[in-house]
Formats: sequence, C-alpha cells, structure tokens
Amino acid sequence: MSWNRKHLLDIESLSAAELTTILDTARSFKAVGQRAIKKVPALRGKTVVNLFVEPSTRTRISFELAAQRLSADVINFSIEASSFKKGETLKDTALNLQALNADFIIIRHSASGAPHFLSRVLDAHVINAGDGAHEHPTQALLDAFTIREKKGKIAGLNVTILGDILYSRVARSDIWALLKLGANVTLCGPSTLVPKTFEQMGCRVTHDVNEAIREADIINLLRIQHERQRKTMFPSIGEYTQLFGLTKARLERTKPDALIMHPGPINRGVEIDSEIADCGRSVILEQVTNGLAVRMAVLFLVNGGNVPPEAASYT
Amino acid sequence: MSDPTVILDALGIQRALTRIAHEIAERNVQGAEVVLLGIPVGGDHLAARLAQTLAGIWNLSVPVGILDVTMHRDDLDHRVAPMMHPTDIPFDVNGKVVVLVDDVLFSGRTTRAAMDALNDLGRPKKIQLAVLVDRGHRELPIKADFVGKNVPTSLDERICLLLTEAGAAQDEVLLKKKV
Repeated sequence: MSWNRKHLLDIESLSAAELTTILDTARSFKAVGQRAIKKVPALRGKTVVNLFVEPSTRTRISFELAAQRLSADVINFSIEASSFKKGETLKDTALNLQALNADFIIIRHSASGAPHFLSRVLDAHVINAGDGAHEHPTQALLDAFTIREKKGKIAGLNVTILGDILYSRVARSDIWALLKLGANVTLCGPSTLVPKTFEQMGCRVTHDVNEAIREADIINLLRIQHERQRKTMFPSIGEYTQLFGLTKARLERTKPDALIMHPGPINRGVEIDSEIADCGRSVILEQVTNGLAVRMAVLFLVNGGNVPPEAASYT
Repeated sequence: MSDPTVILDALGIQRALTRIAHEIAERNVQGAEVVLLGIPVGGDHLAARLAQTLAGIWNLSVPVGILDVTMHRDDLDHRVAPMMHPTDIPFDVNGKVVVLVDDVLFSGRTTRAAMDALNDLGRPKKIQLAVLVDRGHRELPIKADFVGKNVPTSLDERICLLLTEAGAAQDEVLLKKKV
C-alpha cells in the first residue's frame, strides 16, 4: 500500500507514489459528489476540528464539507471567538480540543511549522491547511488533480507559476508536487517576489512574463499577498498589472490549449483580466470542486495511516 | 511452504459461470430488469463474463456495472486505507433486480458494504448475490444465491483468482497458505 501516514503536514516529504495515491483516491470521491446521495459513511462517528488561527473561507468550507460528506462531525474553531484572545497557547488549545476526543485537527496558522509542532504533541491526525509562507498541501494536490484530469498527465508538462512566489505557501507546495510528478516548473514575477534562490528547488526562474508563458501548458496565477509583505515589494499595483498581469493581449501569445489556474481569491484586474477569469480556458471553479474531492481523499487516507505493517494487508 | 492447489482451472471457471448464468436466468423472468454489478477486484471481470453468457441465453443485452465498496467498509479504522476502484454504473438501479457479483464469499462483510453502497445509489427491487467461490467462515448472516464452487478452507489459507482480463496467463482459482 502506498499510503501509511498519520498526518498530512507538507508535500516536500511525500513520494510521487504517495501523491498519485491521493489523486487516484480523490477521483473516486469526486464521483461521489456527482451522485444524488453525496455522503459516504467512511468517517462515521469521527470528530474533525477546523482549527483556523488565520482567516480563510474557501479552504475552511471545503474541509468542512469534505468531513461532512464522509459522515464525520465537524467543529469550526476560529480565532475571533476563541481563548487565543485570552492568551491561551496553540498547544493548550489543541490539547483541549483533543480532550474532547477530536480525531482530526485541520490547522491553518500564520507560523510555518505549526502543524508539524501539533503532530508531535497530539495523538490526533493533523492536516496542514496552510502554515505561514511554508506549505498549503491540499491546494497543491487539487492543482495537480485538476491538471491531470484536464491534460491526462502531469509529467512533461510546462507549468508556469506567475506572481508572488516569495510569500506564497501555495507556490512552495505546488513546486514540490509538480516537480515530483515530473512537470517542468517555471516561476515568474517581480525579482523582489521571485528570487533566484528558487532555482535550488529545481525550477526555472525568469522575470520576463511573455517568455514565461509562451510555451506553458498551464499558467497558475497567484495573488499578491499584501498581508504577508512587510514592506513594499514593487512600486504599485498598476505597475504590477502592466508588467505581470495576465491580459488578453498576453494570453493570445500563449499555446491555444494552455489552461489558466488560480487558487483564489482572485483580484480581477490585478493579476488577471476579468474576461480571462471567466473564459473557457480558465479552470478556476473546477479547482474548487476538485478541492473538495482531494480533501475527502486526504481525510480518508490519513484515517488509515500509521497502522503496523502486519495489519496493512487484507484478504 | 506447500505449493498452491488449483481449485478451478480455466474450464472449471467457465463451466461454473455458465451454470450461474443459467441459474440467474431460471430464477428471474426474462427481461425482468436484471442488471449485474461486479465488485472489484475480480468481481467486475466475472460480472462482464456473466452478462455476456446471460445475454446469449435471453437474447437481449444485460446491463453490467462496477460497484466499489471501499467507502462503505466496516474495517476502515483498523487498517491502512484500501485502494479505491472507480464505481461505474451506467444505468439507474431503481426498481431493478441487481445481481451482485464477487469472486470469493468469505466473512460476508464485503457483501454488507456492497448493499450499503447500493442503497446510496437507489432502491433496487431485489438484490441477489453470485460468487465464484464460497469459502465459508461467515461473520454476518449472509448467504449467496448463486455459487460456482463451495470450498472448505481454514483461516490460514487464502483464495486467489487469476483472470486473463487482469493480465494472468490463464484463468485459475488457487488455494494458498498465508505467508
């Protein structure tokens, strides 16, 4: 069996076979979402806690629905209404949740490594829903799933990630996943947001957007993460749009079957022309649908993780 | 370790399936909305073979689909997550006589999971169960309607179905000692 992990903490430590197992499992769960009864009993009686210490709507809702479709009970825990405000530490909060017999903790945190920390102090399964600028594994998985479904493969494809790479956990997870699955990854954006050091991960770095998208099969746009930038990284939004935004004119110079992806939320008129976001080559909303299937697959797989090998076989 | 015993050879499998097809035809009135659902791995190929034979008997095509039961298993907490197979049912199961097809009937837990999975897809008029091998050791009150061969086994043995559709050199059912 190619999945025997108790947690999903990052993409970096996963093998290509493990990534493929998640994508294959997600395909079955996507089919469940298309039925009249969209629920299966796989996690019946389990409790899933959405511990979101940083704001999020789409990831939280996606995880919540994924858990519900697997028949688990879900508690949503948001920072505004919690004892974090009273000075409770992350560890104490998590231990309290575990004392309520939570089986899964899905955590989003502004500090890189927070999910790894929790996985060491808790017995529950921990799933990383985004930690600082480090990783956002399920986003990378849904991106890979969408690419594989649309293009029939990932290996050998040219994927260009365009935008704020430096502050993006999506970019890091995407890069790991795509490289492991055999894609050629090009990063592009202002030099302040796309430092050459990323070449050490095995990608190509360029600051010329037209060159970056010319041969791309997939153009993955990332939002400018204003909330993470401690200082101004480029002169103005207008200048960013002019130099790096995906405009109609730029799109015409790409391969006719190149797909446009975006993890959302999109800033229309900044990194992407409004028209392009709604055009036939945009798979932005399919990414949302696939995100649900991928998160169901992750919950399902980690539930069976960490079993001794002798119990792993079945007749 | 002793060599595996051949329980059914290619001809034996073919005979068993032909007999099951005739029994299905006998039990159900012709054209009575019989559909076959194979449970992977193994049952899906057997269902396809049965559908073909049954179509010959009735002289009409018999719908056949694949029902994966992984998400409805009762042992998901005690094991590594099992591999999933696509469910593919290109017809409506409501009001149909659904014949579930599995390779080996053992504890009966897969059959229970299959009935639960089926209930989420609709409300069949009847559910019947066809298996190539019944090896005993039931843990649930489940009994097959159509059996290719009854094989008394001990718990430290396992049954292996090899089919050419799944890449085997020849069709065979083997009885092996568990490693």
